[in-house]
Amino acid sequence: MNPDPAIVSSGLTRSFGDLVAVDGVSLAIPRGRIYGFLGPNGSGKSTTIRMLCGLLKPTAGSVRVLGFDMPRDAERLRERIGYMTQTFSFYRDLTVAENLEFIADIYGLGRRHKRTAIEASLDRYSLRGHLRQRAGTLSGGEKQRLALAGVTLHDPELLLLDEPTSAVDPQSRRDFWDSLFDLAARGATILVSTHFMDEAERCHRLAILHRGRLVAEGTPAELADGIDATVLDVATDEPHEARSALAAAGYVRAVAQLGSRLHVMVDPDLPDPAGRLTRELRSASLAAEVRRTSANLEDVFVAATGFRRSGEDQ
Amino acid sequence: MKSLRRILAIVRKEARQLSRDRLTFGMIVGIPLLQIVLFGYAINTDVRDLRGGIADQARTQLSRRLVADIQASQVIEFLQVADGPGELEAMMRRGEIAVAVVIPHDFERRLLDRDRPAAQLLVDGSDPSIAGVARRLREMPFVAREAAGREDHGLFELRNYYNPERRSAVQIVPALIGVILNLTMVLFTAVAIVRERERGNLELLITTPIRNTELMAGKILPYILIGLAQVSIILITGMVLFDVPVFGSLWDLYAASLVFIAATLGLGLVISTFAQTQFQAMQLTVFTFLPSILLSGFMFPFDGMPPPAQWVGNLLPLTHFVVMVRGIVLRGATLSDLTPSLQALGIFFAVTMSAAILRFRKRLD
Repeated sequence: MNPDPAIVSSGLTRSFGDLVAVDGVSLAIPRGRIYGFLGPNGSGKSTTIRMLCGLLKPTAGSVRVLGFDMPRDAERLRERIGYMTQTFSFYRDLTVAENLEFIADIYGLGRRHKRTAIEASLDRYSLRGHLRQRAGTLSGGEKQRLALAGVTLHDPELLLLDEPTSAVDPQSRRDFWDSLFDLAARGATILVSTHFMDEAERCHRLAILHRGRLVAEGTPAELADGIDATVLDVATDEPHEARSALAAAGYVRAVAQLGSRLHVMVDPDLPDPAGRLTRELRSASLAAEVRRTSANLEDVFVAATGFRRSGEDQ
Repeated sequence: MKSLRRILAIVRKEARQLSRDRLTFGMIVGIPLLQIVLFGYAINTDVRDLRGGIADQARTQLSRRLVADIQASQVIEFLQVADGPGELEAMMRRGEIAVAVVIPHDFERRLLDRDRPAAQLLVDGSDPSIAGVARRLREMPFVAREAAGREDHGLFELRNYYNPERRSAVQIVPALIGVILNLTMVLFTAVAIVRERERGNLELLITTPIRNTELMAGKILPYILIGLAQVSIILITGMVLFDVPVFGSLWDLYAASLVFIAATLGLGLVISTFAQTQFQAMQLTVFTFLPSILLSGFMFPFDGMPPPAQWVGNLLPLTHFVVMVRGIVLRGATLSDLTPSLQALGIFFAVTMSAAILRFRKRLD
């Protein structure tokens, strides 16, 4: 496999008027892997993806996709990528079969190639039963399978998926991710944006975007290990009160409630953090069991985005 | 090969979508039918049965003959009888009559005097079409003057003069082909692309290897066929309802229509590169449609317009098509007689098509 990264960007920036949607993002996305963009709405995920497939021109910075300079070589790149838009962009008034045939023709697949590609994807994405159904009447999960089938018909080296699972039930999401792993196993590079933590966790590598900036990057494990905080698990009968009591403490960076438990992130320099939290709670006459735990991706996300925000406030 | 396959894919898709879009499909047939019936019947420049008043002060056999003759022409229907011009003026002011005829006491003597008009025609000049009729009616006393000597022959001639039956339908229907095509073709193509933008299809399409020219070609080809079908609808309806004859060759007519359709489709594509929503596309279409109707010579004579209006008119494809279609249908002209108009439409098509292809960006910014 080609050892060069699929995508290399440096200082990639895009502004719309005064709004800087993407701010100096530098990335190297390896081939044959699933790479995630994690971030809330408005964090610049879609804008970045659109710059990568040549739909938007960067305001500053440069990006090479599969060795092509964007947006200059956008036309030459198009045959080698597949882009799944955030909203369903196939023709609702055409049937599943008609949509697939149309897109195969647009990608210039020959007659025989077209037939085998469509047959294979009908089975792979369980669309055979919906062949004569208009795309507009498909369920969310079916639409998404049709979209994935459509953008992979021409066997792209690189798939760009913009929040593909935002309108889909959990079972469909699982199936969808299985399909992505299949595609990656066959050598495709996949870039997927999401705001779901469980999806981000499944990616080989991950970039966390916040307000247009790249705030963290690495494998999920690296990100969890590298978190700039000590994470503690607090079990208590009065989580709500405990939460208020802890949030007031200066060394506590973030508190998240998970049912009757709390995930608390504190200053990494704090000595004996568990003892400190226990005393803090006891002084508020709250009984609790405190123990150290490893960070999950949500903690990483909060650490990468939330701390920065409180830092800006100071 | 790939290019052809992509163009055909777009054509096939458009045709499928069109066959499932009942409203648009209805418009393809409905707009021509509705417009030809509306224009053919309602907009009738052969003004008939104008509400008229008469003051016959002469009361001779000849004066009664004149009145009967005017009535027979069906241009004026005398509803009011008055004693003199003052009374008629009052009626006109109240809007009871639009035209009035005053035959003075010395009508017969005046008839013999070539220097004096024999009778007076009062006209409501506030309505342009009535004023036009008046201009034609003015000729009448002169003919009647001839009639003083050779009575029968003169009156017969007069009837001939005033019998332009269905004349305006014959003038309007051929040009109506242009008006209807101009409206529907521009609208359909403009909407065809903007609809894809609105529904998000375009974001998918512009990340595929399809080229601008392929997309544009695929978009206009189905509409060329639809335009030619509309030409047939209008021609057949015109023949059946209004006995519009076609003096020239049908091939020439369809060839001229083809070039005109291409020109209007080009304009529609240009509009589609400006409009973000279907509503904007429709507004822009109307914006180009109004000057086309007013300045093309379809409604008002082109030669009568001030030069600036003619300049604008010459930029509009409809102007050139009206010249061609009237020439072919009514005068039996051939395409080679009409090369300047054909060239103008060809240039218009080339310019709009290039502009659309250059302006259409396979990007979102």
